[in-house]
Amino acid sequence: MSKKHLVIIGAGMASGRALEHLLDANKDAYDVTLFNAEPRGNYNRIMLSPVLSGEKTYEEIVTHDADWYDANGVTCRFGESVVSIDREKKIVTGENGDVAYDKLLIASGSAPFIIPVPGKDLDGVIAYRDLEDTNTMITASAKPGAKAVVIGGGLLGLEAAAGLKARGMDVTVLHLMGHLMERQLDEAAGYLLRRALEDKGIEIKCQASTSAILGEDKVEAVLLDDKTVIPADLVVMAVGIRPETRLANDAGLSVERGITVNDQMVTSDPDILAVGECVEHRGALFGLVAPLYDQAKVVANTLLGEAAEFAPKEVATKLKVTGCDLFSAGDFAEGEGREDIVFRDPARGVYKRLVLEGNTLVGAVMYGDTADGNWFFGLIKDKTDISEMRETLIFGPAYQGGASVDPMAAVAALPLDAEICGCNGVCKGQIVDAIQAGATDLGAVRATTKASASCGTCTGLVEQVLASTLGDDFVMPAAEAVCGCTDLSHEDVRRLIKSKELKSQAAVWQELGWNTPNGCHVCRPAINYYLLADWPLEYQDDPQSRFVNERRHANIQKDGTYSVVPRMFGGMTTPDELRAIADAADKYNVPTVHVTGGQRIDLLGVRGEDLPAIWRDLNAAGMVSGHAYSKGLRTVKTCVGKDHCRFGTQDSSGLGVKLEKHLWGAWTPHKLKLGVSGCPRNCAEATCKDIGVVCVDSGYEISVAGAAGMDVKQTELLCKVTTEEEAMEVISAFTQLYRENGKYLDRIYKWVAKVGLDWCIAQVVDDLENRKALAERFEISQSVYRDDPWAKLATPEEAPKFAPMANLNLEAAE
Amino acid sequence: MSWLDIGAIDDIPLRGARVVKTALGCVAVFRTDDNEVFATSDRCPHKGGPLSEGIVHGRKVTCPLHNWVFSLESGEAQGADEGQIATFAAKVEQGRILLDGAALQARTAA
Ligand code: SRM
Ligand SMILES: Cc1cc2nc3c(=O)[nH]c(=O)nc-3n(C[C@H](O)[C@H](O)[C@H](O)COP(=O)(O)OP(=O)(O)OC[C@H]3O[C@@H](n4cnc5c(N)ncnc54)[C@H](O)[C@@H]3O)c2cc1C
Ligand code: SF4
Ligand code: FES
Repeated sequence: MSKKHLVIIGAGMASGRALEHLLDANKDAYDVTLFNAEPRGNYNRIMLSPVLSGEKTYEEIVTHDADWYDANGVTCRFGESVVSIDREKKIVTGENGDVAYDKLLIASGSAPFIIPVPGKDLDGVIAYRDLEDTNTMITASAKPGAKAVVIGGGLLGLEAAAGLKARGMDVTVLHLMGHLMERQLDEAAGYLLRRALEDKGIEIKCQASTSAILGEDKVEAVLLDDKTVIPADLVVMAVGIRPETRLANDAGLSVERGITVNDQMVTSDPDILAVGECVEHRGALFGLVAPLYDQAKVVANTLLGEAAEFAPKEVATKLKVTGCDLFSAGDFAEGEGREDIVFRDPARGVYKRLVLEGNTLVGAVMYGDTADGNWFFGLIKDKTDISEMRETLIFGPAYQGGASVDPMAAVAALPLDAEICGCNGVCKGQIVDAIQAGATDLGAVRATTKASASCGTCTGLVEQVLASTLGDDFVMPAAEAVCGCTDLSHEDVRRLIKSKELKSQAAVWQELGWNTPNGCHVCRPAINYYLLADWPLEYQDDPQSRFVNERRHANIQKDGTYSVVPRMFGGMTTPDELRAIADAADKYNVPTVHVTGGQRIDLLGVRGEDLPAIWRDLNAAGMVSGHAYSKGLRTVKTCVGKDHCRFGTQDSSGLGVKLEKHLWGAWTPHKLKLGVSGCPRNCAEATCKDIGVVCVDSGYEISVAGAAGMDVKQTELLCKVTTEEEAMEVISAFTQLYRENGKYLDRIYKWVAKVGLDWCIAQVVDDLENRKALAERFEISQSVYRDDPWAKLATPEEAPKFAPMANLNLEAAE
Repeated sequence: MSWLDIGAIDDIPLRGARVVKTALGCVAVFRTDDNEVFATSDRCPHKGGPLSEGIVHGRKVTCPLHNWVFSLESGEAQGADEGQIATFAAKVEQGRILLDGAALQARTAA
C-alpha cells in the first residue's frame, strides 16, 4: 500500500518538534514534504538572541540538518513559500509548483506586527523574527558609532537591545507603556530591570509613543509624539506578533485571531491540522515554545490516528539577557481574594512577589535571584496547597520543613522572672502585673514600671508582652506610617528620597519596600509631591496620582460639577476681566457666581465636559487658573495700600501682585495663602495667613505660621526687611524651605510647630547664603511649574479627554 | 455576549478612567497599572460621587468625594464601608476596549 502524503507548511519550532514525534512513533506512516519560506530548515529560533549578542553561532542553534532530513526521507522545499491551498483538490501550491496531500499541517508561525507609522518601509527598519533580521542587526552594528532604536520594551525588544549594545551600538529602547515587559512583570520588577539595562548603557524611554520614522531613502531618526527626535541608523520594531493566517484565511478555514483548532489540533477541515503560533485554541494565542511542544505531541498523535488532547498549561518567562535575572509565571495581577507576599532586598537588588489565592500560589515574579523560580512554577502548575509553608514560602524550598521562628511565641514562652528591660531591671512578671492592673498600652507600662523608658531597645519586647497578655485587645502601635502601604513615616520617606536619590515612583516603591504595587489614594499623592518638590527637573508630575481637583484643575462639587476660579493677582481685576467672566458665566450656564473669601470670583456648577471650553474663553481674556483647588499657592490677598488709602505706608497691592506672579503654580505640602496689608490696621488679614506681610514706614514685617481655618492662630514674626526685593527673597526662601521639609498635608503653622520658628529663622534670615540657595532652588522649580494648567488642558489634543469616551445610547439609536 | 468596541486602551490614562454613556447611566471604564480594564457603574453608592474621577490603585478605586474604596473586580466597598457598585464585563483585544453590549444596551428600548 502506498504511503499517505503529509505536507507541512513552515519549518519552525513547532513543526520541527511535531516531525520528531511523528517519525519516532512511526517512520512509515507518511511521505513528508516540508515547505519553508526561510531558505533553511528548523533551528532554535529562541537562541537567535545569543547569536545576536555573539554568545553563539548560527551553526550551534540548528536543530535539524540536511543529514537528518535525508535520513528520515523528508522532501525539503526550503526557500519556497506556499501561496495557496486548494481544499477540494487537496493540493498546495508552492512558488515552484503543486503538491497533493492527504493530510496538511499548517505551522506558519507568526508575523511581526509593524506599527503603521510614516517611514515604516524605509531601509534600515526591521523586525526581529529570523536569521535574516539577526544578520542585518549584526551588520549594522559593525559601523562605528552606529545608533539603534528598538521600539518595544517586551521580551524580544530587550533581547535585541542587549544584543546590539553588546555589539557596541548606541541603543535606545522606546516603550509605550509605563514600565518594561508589562505583560510579564509588575512595576517593581520592571523598575529593577530598567535600572540594570540602564547600567549596561542602554537608554530607556517609557510612555514613548512613536509618531514617525524619518529619513530620505534610509532611516535617519525616530520622531516621538512629544516631538523628541532620536537619531538612528537602525530601527528594530518588536511591538508584538500576529498569527500568520493568510493561507488559512484564503482557503476558507475558520480563523479568528489565529487558525481555530480543536483539542486534537484539527482545523475546521478534518484533513488540515495546524500547530504553533499560527493557531488559536479555545480563544488563546501562543507566543512561547513550551505550549507549542505540547501541541506538537498532540498533532503527531492525531496524525497517527491516536487519541490525544491538548490542554494549555501555565507558562513561565525568562529573559535571555546576561546579568538580568528575572522570572515570571502565572497571574500576578492584584485582585479580590488575592494576597501578596513581597520580599525586597534593595541593597542586593532582589525582588520577589508571590500572589496567593486561598491556599494556592497563582503567580510569581522575581528579579535578581531567580534560583527558586522553577520550584514556585511547579507549585503554581500543580496547584499545591501551601498553607503549611505559607510563613516561609517566599524564602524558597531550602527553608521548608525547618523550625520556624515566631517571635510572639518565643516571648509568650518566657518565664515570668525573665528580664525584659535591662536598663531598669524590669522582668516580665512585673510588666504582666502592671498590664493586669490596667496599663494597657506602652505609655502606661512605661509610666508604671519604667520598662523601655530609658534606652528604648526593649520597646519591641514590651509590646510583645502586651500583645501576648492582652491578646486581641492590643493593637500594636505603628510608628506613624504614611499609610497601610508602608511602615515608614513621612519624614523617613522624605529623607530617603533625597539620600538615595529616588527619582521615580517605581524607585520609591521598590527601594523603600512598599507592600502594594502602586500605593493608594493616601500615599501616592504624597509621594508624587515629594518627588516633584525634590527633583523638579527630573521627575515628571503624575496627574493620576492626584486628587481629582488637581487633575481636573477645578473643584469638584457634591453633584459632580466643578467650580472654576480664575486668578486675580493680588485681588486686582479690570472691567475687561469682569466682562469676560460674566460672558463665560452666561455662555456656560453657570448657576452660581460667588465672590470668594480670597478676593476673586468663583463660577460654581460648571459641567466637567465644558471645562476646557470655559478655560479657553478665560485664557483668551488673559486669565489663568487660580489654583483654588491645589495644594499649592492659592491667593495673595491685599489691601489697596498707599496709592489710595490715607494710612497706607507702602504699595501693598503692588507687592501682593508681584508675590503672586512670583509664586503662582508652585506646589506645596498643603495650600499656601498670603496676605499683604498696607499698615498695621491689617485690612488684608495678613496676620492669620500662612505667610503675612504688614507694611510699616520703615519697611516690611514678614510673619509666618498663621491659621484661620479649623484652627485660628496669629502669625509669628520671621523678620523685618527694608526693601521689596528682600521681602520677595525671604518669602521665596521660606516657601522653598517648607516645600523641601514639610510633611504632605501639614499647613505651615503645623510644620513650624514641629521644626521650630528658630530653625526657620536660622535657615532663611541669618544664613544669607542659604537664603539665596533656597530662593534659587525655588526659581528652578518655578521654571517648570509657573505655567497655566488650563492652557495646557484646553488644547485640541487634551480637551476631548474631558468628554465621555463613547456614548452607547447614541450608537443604539443610530 | 455581544462585545462592543468603545475605544482604544490608550484613550484612558494608565491608572485612570473614562466614562461611557449607556442606557444604564454612566459607566466608568478603568485602566490599571497592569493594563487591565474594568467597567463599573460611575456612581458611588454613598453620595453619588463620580468614581471615574477617583484615584486608581491596584485593582481598586477611591471615590473622589469621601474616599470610599471599591474593588473594581467585585464592585464591593472595601474596609469598614458597606456598599456595592455594578460591574460589567470588559476586555482588551489588540489595544481596543470591548464592553459587554448585551448588558449595557439591555434597556435601551425603554
Ligand atoms: C471658595 C471658597 C469659599 C468662598 O466662596 O469664599 C472656599 C471653598 C472651599 N474651601 Fe476654603 N474656601 C475659600 C476660602 C477659605 C478661607 C479664607 C481665605 O482664603 O482667606 C479659609 C480660611 C483660611 C485657611 O486657608 O485656613 C478657608 C479654609 C478652608 C479649609 C480649612 C483649612 C485649614 O487648614 O484649617 C478647608 C479644608 C481643607 O483645606 O482641608 C477648605 C476647603 C475648601 C473647599 C475646597 C472644600 C473642598 O475640598 O471641596 C471648598 C471648595 C468649594 C468649591 O467647590 O469651590 N477651606 N477657605 C474660598 C476660596 C478662596 C479663593 O479664592 O481661593
Ligand atoms: C528572537 C526570539 C527570541 C525568542 N525567545 C523565546 C524564549 O526565550 N522562550 C520562548 O518560549 N519563546 C521564545 N521565542 C518565541 C518562539 O521562538 C516561538 O514561539 C516559536 O518559534 C514559534 O514556533 P512556530 O513553529 O509556531 O513558528 P516559527 O518558529 O516562526 O516557524 C514558522 C515558519 O513558517 C514559515 N512560513 C510561514 N508562512 C509560510 C508559507 N506560506 N510557506 C512556507 N513557509 C512559511 C516561516 O518562514 C517560519 O520559518 C522567541 C522568538 C524570537 C524571534
Ligand atoms: S466653609 Fe465649609 S461649606 Fe463653606 S465653602 Fe468652606 S468647606 Fe465648603
Ligand atoms: S460619594 Fe463616594 S465616598 Fe461619598
